[in-house]
Amino acid sequence: MEIKIALAGNPNCGKTTLFNDLTGSAQYVGNWPGVTVEKKDGRMKNHKDVVIQDLPGIYSLSPYTLEEVVTRNYLVNEKPDAIINIIDGTNIERNLYLTTQILELNIPVVIALNMMDLVRKNGDSIDIKKLSNQLGCKIVPISALKSEGGQELVAEAIDAAKNNRLAEPPHVFKGSVEHAIAHIEESIEHEVSRDNLRWYAVKLFERDEKVVEDLAFDDSLMRHIEMHIKDCEKEMDDDSESIITNQRYAYIQNVVDLSVVRKKARGALSISDKIDKIVTNRILALPIFAVIMFLVYYISVTTLGTVVTDWTNDTLFGAWIQPAVQHGLEAIGASGWLISLIVNGIIGGLAAPIGFAPQMALVFFFLSILEDCGYMARVAFIMDRIFRRFGLSGKSFIPFLISSGCGVPAIMASRTIENEKDRRMTMITTTFIPCGAKLPVIAVIAGFIMGGAWWAAPMMYFAGIILVIISCIILKKTRMFAGKPAPFVMELPQYHIPSGRGVLIHVWERVWAFLKKAGTILFLCCVVMWFLGSFGIHNGAFGLVDSENCFLSDIGNAIAWIFVPLGFGTWQAVASSLSGFVAKEGIVSTMGVLAGLGDVGGYTSSMHNAFAAFFPTSIAAVSFLFFNLFDSPCLAAISTMAKEMGSRKFFWFAILFQNVMSYCIALMVYQIGGLAIGTVAFGPATIVAFILLAGLIYLLFKPDRSKTAQLKVHEGAAA
Amino acid sequence: MNTLKDAKVGETVMIKKITGSGPTKRRIMDMGMTKGAEVLIRKVAPLGDPIELHVRGYELSVRKADAELIEIE
Repeated sequence: MEIKIALAGNPNCGKTTLFNDLTGSAQYVGNWPGVTVEKKDGRMKNHKDVVIQDLPGIYSLSPYTLEEVVTRNYLVNEKPDAIINIIDGTNIERNLYLTTQILELNIPVVIALNMMDLVRKNGDSIDIKKLSNQLGCKIVPISALKSEGGQELVAEAIDAAKNNRLAEPPHVFKGSVEHAIAHIEESIEHEVSRDNLRWYAVKLFERDEKVVEDLAFDDSLMRHIEMHIKDCEKEMDDDSESIITNQRYAYIQNVVDLSVVRKKARGALSISDKIDKIVTNRILALPIFAVIMFLVYYISVTTLGTVVTDWTNDTLFGAWIQPAVQHGLEAIGASGWLISLIVNGIIGGLAAPIGFAPQMALVFFFLSILEDCGYMARVAFIMDRIFRRFGLSGKSFIPFLISSGCGVPAIMASRTIENEKDRRMTMITTTFIPCGAKLPVIAVIAGFIMGGAWWAAPMMYFAGIILVIISCIILKKTRMFAGKPAPFVMELPQYHIPSGRGVLIHVWERVWAFLKKAGTILFLCCVVMWFLGSFGIHNGAFGLVDSENCFLSDIGNAIAWIFVPLGFGTWQAVASSLSGFVAKEGIVSTMGVLAGLGDVGGYTSSMHNAFAAFFPTSIAAVSFLFFNLFDSPCLAAISTMAKEMGSRKFFWFAILFQNVMSYCIALMVYQIGGLAIGTVAFGPATIVAFILLAGLIYLLFKPDRSKTAQLKVHEGAAA
Repeated sequence: MNTLKDAKVGETVMIKKITGSGPTKRRIMDMGMTKGAEVLIRKVAPLGDPIELHVRGYELSVRKADAELIEIE
């Protein structure tokens, strides 16, 4: 018979390390249904009948954040057989806050008191027996990093689960509060299960909006309950939510005073604090951050990353696998088209995601180290002021930074952003920052129109940043992304050396997930693109054709009219843009093929005439560049976004938003820019362009309904 | 009335009350900033906001706008 044990605790308390320790590599990682919250479960090592359900790191079971709601729903509705509540021994007061709430759920709890090694190092002492008596559950001291106490913990947890070991929950609430809650319990006795009676009573007292919604009691019962609450609020001169929180912490203070003896004076500087004196120092913080980010980026993208990716693409696939397979197929007399399908289409197509993987692995390796050691929280702390301006928080900075290398790891890095709306907004806008694959297009267009200006690339990055800012401001005002702004109240955890195993598991998880998902969709689409680019109907017959007659150019011709207002309504330009759909590097290679130039590496002036057929004017080329830089990203990034977004509605919105944005921007660039320099005549399209510009400015500056509402709350409070 | 926003770096203050309502207030309290708690203002971020506080034995970052919700003695 299977036993389910849930793992709950604060963020940064060593939960993940413990989870890895308990389950080894037998883990499954996904998302909780319909949300962007990661779901992890695994089987316990040496006890294959025990399933460990990792729950998101949370500080409380309030109804306000996604992680908390997902967790409480699981604990209340799916009732695991036992909960291991992991607590950071060096941070006991705040950790116990969650504990008092978990103990109200009527599920057997075993507390894992973690970081005992650090507790000892600090010279503190915790009277475990006393603490255990007061809380009413077994406490096992452990040090997950040093693998101490793990065995005992496992034994206790399984025992608690098997025997449904429930003790009397501690008396957290006093006086009139306890009375009020008892009254509420009485009132709802027959409406809810015995198990959840306490939990619901406390939540109802707090006027928990989710619980009220779920229980959907009739008005008279609610009024009765409200009466009890109001009486208590009057007596305590405070609102019910605050009353509960205050009493919990008052109880905890008491418990801690009795069982914990601290050596250092309150507020004294720990080693972490000393490090932070330098790292978040007013003067040094930004330069230090710049250096660290530069190093990460330099190693994982510019040098080592590119070396490995190029090797994978050029050597592993280009020189070894592809020719070998080609020869093999030729030897067994396979027909031309089959060889082309397998070698160019399938293997060539697969090479793309596999080529990404080393770079991604490196980026993730460094990011995991920075995150696990605690530095990322400092980054968010430093960057928050800037990001608050456009409705995000400091945590969004990392994905935007990574995007300049590759959008795929950037989208995955958005997972660290707590607030779901911010997370989604970051994912949608992060690919506006030009990635490495877009550099060839910038170089070619820059060469075409101005003989290769060095400032073209920096200018496009700048344009990307501006577009991100504009998009965030606009999106934040829409109903989809507006709403109660997420509080930026963030813990700055103690620095610690990350566990090597934890980092490697992190990296492997992400890379493998990418390879699996992106690999399958990408694979399919590469085959399709290959087909469209190699086959066509020529002279009434179907078969392998030249590039001019392939299906891709047919499609290019068919939809070219859409791009006429943008200036590049030629089938070559459109077909090139279409190939950018699979991989952005494909734009330049397709341009080369269609211009009869073969494989195009960089731009040379001899190419000018060949490309002139694509772009009737220079401004058309610029518009082409803008469109291809800011439309939806490559297929690998799109499929990553589909997976991370957790919602079909948001995914399609993202695609729509990106493409509409890039179309409008390219239109404005061509029509208004072209009008300004005299190349483009005034016409209906110009009028549309000006209307769009006006619309954009309006969206940027229109009053933000939710912000004014929030200001009123602050004003009301201050009054 | 005095709020946390007015406190100076290096000062240790005691929380009197948290004003406002909703998720921000709940979050502030969940993190241990409750009536009677002692708070040390550790530092201000390089760009001027947010501020870092030492409360209940750990370091917490709070935006100045939210610090205004926290009344102190």
